[in-house]
Amino acid sequence: MTQATSQPMKIAGMTPRAVVVALVVLAVAAALPLVLTNYQVGLATEMLIFGVLAMSIDILAGFAGRTSLGHGAIFGVSGYVVVYATAQAGLPPLPAFALGVIAATLVAAIFALLAVRTSGVYFLLLTLALGMIVWGICLRWTQVTGGENGMRGDVRPPWLVTHQAFYWAVLAGAAVVSYAMWRFVRSPFGLTLLGIRDSESRMRSLGYNVPLHLFIGFTVSGFFAGIAGALYAMFNNFVSPSTVALAQSVEGVLMMIAGGVGSLFGGFVGAAAIIALENAVSAYTERWQMVLGVTFILIMIFAPEGIIGTLRAVLTRKQR
Amino acid sequence: MDRRQFLKTSTAAFSAAGAASAPWRRAFAQAGPIKIGLLAPLTGVVASGGKEMVEGVQFYLDSVKNEIAGRKVELVIEDDASNPDTALQKARRLVEQGNCHMLIGDLLANTGLAVANYVKGTGTPYFIPIIAADDLTQRQRIRNVIRVAGYSASAFTHPFGDWALKQGYRKIATISQDYTFGHEQCGGLAQVFTEGGGQIVQQFWHPLNTADFSPYLGQLADLKVDAIFAMETGADATRLIQQYASFGLKGKIPLLAAMNGTDQSVIRTLGEECDGIIAAAHFAEGSDNPVTQKFTREYEAKYGKIPSLYGFSMYSGIMWVAEALEKMGGKVEDRELLIDTVLKTELTGSPLGKTVRLDGYGNPIYDVQIRKVVKRADGKYWNVPVTSYPNVSQFWTYDPETYMKQPPYSRAFQGIKKT
Repeated sequence: MTQATSQPMKIAGMTPRAVVVALVVLAVAAALPLVLTNYQVGLATEMLIFGVLAMSIDILAGFAGRTSLGHGAIFGVSGYVVVYATAQAGLPPLPAFALGVIAATLVAAIFALLAVRTSGVYFLLLTLALGMIVWGICLRWTQVTGGENGMRGDVRPPWLVTHQAFYWAVLAGAAVVSYAMWRFVRSPFGLTLLGIRDSESRMRSLGYNVPLHLFIGFTVSGFFAGIAGALYAMFNNFVSPSTVALAQSVEGVLMMIAGGVGSLFGGFVGAAAIIALENAVSAYTERWQMVLGVTFILIMIFAPEGIIGTLRAVLTRKQR
Repeated sequence: MDRRQFLKTSTAAFSAAGAASAPWRRAFAQAGPIKIGLLAPLTGVVASGGKEMVEGVQFYLDSVKNEIAGRKVELVIEDDASNPDTALQKARRLVEQGNCHMLIGDLLANTGLAVANYVKGTGTPYFIPIIAADDLTQRQRIRNVIRVAGYSASAFTHPFGDWALKQGYRKIATISQDYTFGHEQCGGLAQVFTEGGGQIVQQFWHPLNTADFSPYLGQLADLKVDAIFAMETGADATRLIQQYASFGLKGKIPLLAAMNGTDQSVIRTLGEECDGIIAAAHFAEGSDNPVTQKFTREYEAKYGKIPSLYGFSMYSGIMWVAEALEKMGGKVEDRELLIDTVLKTELTGSPLGKTVRLDGYGNPIYDVQIRKVVKRADGKYWNVPVTSYPNVSQFWTYDPETYMKQPPYSRAFQGIKKT
């Protein structure tokens, strides 16, 4: 792609307006702990972490047209490795964090090797099955994973023990990671993923190695899911088979869909909406899962492009 | 209004409603009521047990008119969804947003362990009448996590192993759900039984929610053992007991069960097939102790069912905390004092009809009943004590220090003495 002569000024690949928006959002997010209670800061932290997970799924779903039901497992593997490395192997938090992310990336690479040649429903089923294998291992390999009981440890470094400090650390991490993801999907490589989504055969006939591109896309996406998983392990100081279970993958996918498939940053919006809803509703009724279900149906009917997608559509209509 | 307009306005309405009901409400600490956060699985795999947990607590609070030590009690109930992540989130909410003075509850060991790990950091008193994971009052004890009116998994199977020896059993096979609770209960029995000269012929571990036990029962029938020990909970227990009978093993090989296998929550739905199964426990709803009889009668009158372990344990657990609070004048804000007082309090009002105290590790010392399932006059089945082991420690007759040097029971370590 050649550069147009009248290209507007760009800062780190963003238009000035995007930079301003990003900075404002960051500033508001950073100021949140000053007004929220401890518990709410905890919730906000969780929203950020799950936002990263939803975004990592969106890289595949929104840009390569492959919805993965195995990302919960990748996310959880990272958590398991982080807790194991700190609690059992006695590593300091940062190397443990790195190990967790590496492990998740490796698992993602293995998933990718097996899954990239499929698409549609087959991709869905294959990633689901791979995720179930990971779950089964975590459940049954009692000596290492603690089985049903999971593993506990003091994973957070001492300077991140307070809710506020940890929130800011996660916020900084999430900001960097989302920027990286945004650059990734807008890079020439990211555009090839879009091309594959729209027409695999055309990309192939143009000479692109489609499986290789999907493999790299999947692995990178797994890397980001691994970061989210490691942060989650630090957040909870605890990991158990439910962290790698199918429900976790589904939750990630639902957050991504609620935010808007292909909107990338919608991940945060979806995660925030679902976690807030879960907490608000469960305070009133034990049937909160039902309310959640109805909400999803409503989102699908009224906002099939997700929250971000619909907002964007409304805004552009206003501007005209 | 055209469709587009309708979509727009209704979306706006929904999102506004969502924003308004958001949980961003500040809660302030106040000197008023004693706030107790109750975590129970009201949804998920063990939801029925969770409901009985809530009943147990409410049964007690109703009996004292919602007042402990002259202060009103505010009970905040949260659903842990049988999931440790959810349990953790709800515990945070109860402590940090709800400003609960203490937490009580959880059923599944993994939910309890997750919450225990969390309160280790906050110092909130957390009472676990149901969570049986051995190490919470042994190798990985947390001071503010106290097993009031609960039991550690292997505490009752130790004497059960001894009792089996006294019956003249020399060969036993075990079948158990393959998770920590099962490993610990089987381990307790296996260690005492083999150290006393018995032999564990074979151990079968099956996944949770096994629908068909015939592969296991077929093998068990061929082992020529004196008795079979089954460690099953919930629906697995129901299925195993039914299939044991339909396999023709009932009456041929005595069936010994972990206490949860013949708990009311299981045998309530069963008929003759559960008749005669032996289990070891602190609580036997069919006891002739007048205090136990009164409790069972009143509970049955109120909820229309014989109390299960869940109702009984939560009832006794909250009573324990209440008795401690009465002693310290209801000053629940002083956590350290509350923890100390609870640890020192001896439960006088227990439905067991006997005073119960905690050992130095925060685990109660009980008289362990060897109980048998028998038919009541009205045709319902319940557990009646056959014999009893007084004042049983969770360490059985071992020295606590030496005992805790051996690894926790697991599938790999069952304490089986090598011959």
